[in-house]
Amino acid sequence: MTDLFDKHRTISERHERMLSLGANAVGLTNDRILSPTRAIIEGRETVLAGTNNYMGITFDPDCIAAGQEALDLYGTGTTGSRIANGSYAQHRELELELAQFLNRKHCIMFTTGYQANLGMLAGLAGPKDTIYLDADSHSSIYDGCTLSGAKLVRFRHNDASDLDKRLARSEDEGGRLVVVEGIYSMLGDRAPLADFVEVKKKHGFQLLVDEAHSFGVLGPNGRGLADEVGLEDDVDFVVGTFSKSIGAIGGFGAGNHPQFNMLRYASRPYMFTASPSPATVATSLAAIRKLKAEPQRRNRLRVNSTRLFDGFKSLGLALGCDSVSPIVAVNCPDEVSTIAMWNALLKAGVYVNIALPPGTPGKQCLLRCSVSAAHTFEDIDRIVSLFGEVVAQGHYRKAV
Amino acid sequence: MSASEDTFSTLCQLLEPFNTAKIGLKPETDISADLNIDSVSVMDFVMEVEDHFNIDIPLNVLSETRSIADLVKVVEGRLAKV
Repeated sequence: MTDLFDKHRTISERHERMLSLGANAVGLTNDRILSPTRAIIEGRETVLAGTNNYMGITFDPDCIAAGQEALDLYGTGTTGSRIANGSYAQHRELELELAQFLNRKHCIMFTTGYQANLGMLAGLAGPKDTIYLDADSHSSIYDGCTLSGAKLVRFRHNDASDLDKRLARSEDEGGRLVVVEGIYSMLGDRAPLADFVEVKKKHGFQLLVDEAHSFGVLGPNGRGLADEVGLEDDVDFVVGTFSKSIGAIGGFGAGNHPQFNMLRYASRPYMFTASPSPATVATSLAAIRKLKAEPQRRNRLRVNSTRLFDGFKSLGLALGCDSVSPIVAVNCPDEVSTIAMWNALLKAGVYVNIALPPGTPGKQCLLRCSVSAAHTFEDIDRIVSLFGEVVAQGHYRKAV
Repeated sequence: MSASEDTFSTLCQLLEPFNTAKIGLKPETDISADLNIDSVSVMDFVMEVEDHFNIDIPLNVLSETRSIADLVKVVEGRLAKV
């Protein structure tokens, strides 16, 4: 009998090797969360710099009060899907307010951000269609594409001319959907949206932008990359998540297409899962209102991100990209030194993400920081200072 | 040299940068398992193949494509359509 776990042996061996080097990044436990930027880890108070808590909103008193009130009024869960059990009024309220925030006619809420990509992609594209996806797309995009059954063509990361070439040689007969991201989660770089829009005008396709890391963060209205570069009218569909800037869990898809709400009856990841819980919907809605009412959070995030980016540059670290975003990734020379640095930083009191191949673009070994509006300047300076100490310990040489 | 042998030879050249263990390549070599190449690198290798031959190889095809010989058939099938 073949053991079903045999196929995972390589992964298991790799995990064991990481553990032997002292890194248990996957199994790390936050014993207590003290604030958006502090936790107790391994008995130490630790600065959190790898949480994607961009707005620092997870402990906002208004959001917490909204969640508590929803628990009291509506209970702990919805116990079923919206097509089976019906929607709660709050689901509708959130979708309406979010559509207004996004300046889109329609919005659908999903139970997680991962399911938002699954639901949108599998709902929009089918076996006779073709999806063109950026090579560095998040796994939820790859999985949504696979679930759709569409023909999948991968183009080189952020390379509009490569997309142009692939579209030119295609023999597609069905619909064509191109998928890019506002900010890419590993390196923090943005899609060159204007270039992709030019290709769209040339070839004709529908364009979906996953704003998971840019929603709430970029643009004069906090709507994401398309808002930042003034190209919202050229983007057909937007996907986002509530687990980052919104500080909750859930996701959304939005658009202006008159048939958009058909996705509620055509998208299996929407239809066959329990709807978001009342407390989650309430905290998400309260957070959306905060994003609208408190643009200073976005401004503070930008200032903090620039401070960290410049601080790392002054240390001579190789960074994931040249533009400032809340994701600041340090490119390390190899797996062993990355793990050593991650360990040293954690022991010194700062938590960052460790990201290793194959989960990274170009086989890069990364220490990935995500900045929060709730970080103080002292926090940012401490993170830079601790990276400097680790570099001085000889764990790092500039990755070329 | 037949067209298939030509294609096999070209694929082997394109595969070299990914074959870090310098394993001898045969038609039956499993691109991922035998060469210990992760799924992302397999997709990157296929991009090189696409560009070299100026064809598209949809990702959907890759789940059925294990060996270099399998890929030879895919490439020749796509070239026949061009």
